[in-house]
Amino acid sequence: MPVEYNPYVLIVVLMIAAIGFAVGPLLMAYAWAKLISPRKPGADKQATYECGLESKGDAWVQFRSEYYLYAIIFLIFDVETIFLLPFAVAFTSLPAGAFIAMLVFLLLLVEGLVWAWQKGILTWK
Amino acid sequence: MDEGLKNELSKQGVFTVTMQDVYNWGRKNSVWPLNFGLACCAIEMIAASMARYDLARFGAEVFRPSPRQADLMIVAGTVTKKMLPQVVRLYNQMPEPKYVIAMGACAISGGPFKQGYNVLKGVDRFIPVDVHIPGCPPRPEALIHAFLTLQEKIDRQTVSGPNQARNFNADLPSEFPIPQFGEHDLVPPYNPSVWQPPAPTKAA
Repeated sequence: MPVEYNPYVLIVVLMIAAIGFAVGPLLMAYAWAKLISPRKPGADKQATYECGLESKGDAWVQFRSEYYLYAIIFLIFDVETIFLLPFAVAFTSLPAGAFIAMLVFLLLLVEGLVWAWQKGILTWK
Repeated sequence: MDEGLKNELSKQGVFTVTMQDVYNWGRKNSVWPLNFGLACCAIEMIAASMARYDLARFGAEVFRPSPRQADLMIVAGTVTKKMLPQVVRLYNQMPEPKYVIAMGACAISGGPFKQGYNVLKGVDRFIPVDVHIPGCPPRPEALIHAFLTLQEKIDRQTVSGPNQARNFNADLPSEFPIPQFGEHDLVPPYNPSVWQPPAPTKAA
């Protein structure tokens, strides 16, 4: 007579083994630290690590959220250089229409920069 | 366990080992150095960790950018008096057990810059150094030799007894005082608990 058993029992056993494999070393390390290795806290040891220097000031410095416009303008011109590079490489073999299209593209971006400048976004307050 | 019995058993193919041996074996083969260099010796240190000299063979290729994860400080280069407080603070921030290799003539004595007003004449005046390597700069082989020496030292350390590792003794501090800039020199000019000036010798 075959023994009835739940086929999922094996998965449970493997899962317990897997958890034990992960937690066991942690518990062993914890026991080692508690029982054998004495704790030696200290002002320097507990201090914030700043490449060996003493940390100065507060880490909770606030930045004005309006500076995101800076980031956007930077991103736009960053992408522009990616477009300009193949344009410059293929410049001599380009037809006049492509050149004018590129000029229009550049003009649009410069226009945006002028607009941002006039709005006073480029002034760091 | 008796040494003779251990020997006899190993002849019969029974290998016995103590927990301490396993502990030291694991420790000495995973020494993680702190990722910092002060001068030209650091270039040799980098060369030692790269493929040609391959420090990874000794388990020491994992240069850690944070002292919290490092076991070993390689003082690679000239220690100026301006830099020393940072070096000592980094050493203090490393968790025990921790070791120091003083690499090169500058780190062990001030080297060619010994007469300089701003050069520390040996990092062992402030932190306990385990291995000194001479050379200007020492070749990567010399650094590897220092590693092997350090591994031997770690292997000899015990959990209790006379050769007890420093980290097991709760009375020994894991921090060393950080010197301040004084009017003429660092204050104090050396840490008396790790270094004493040699006794003056009488002129013949």
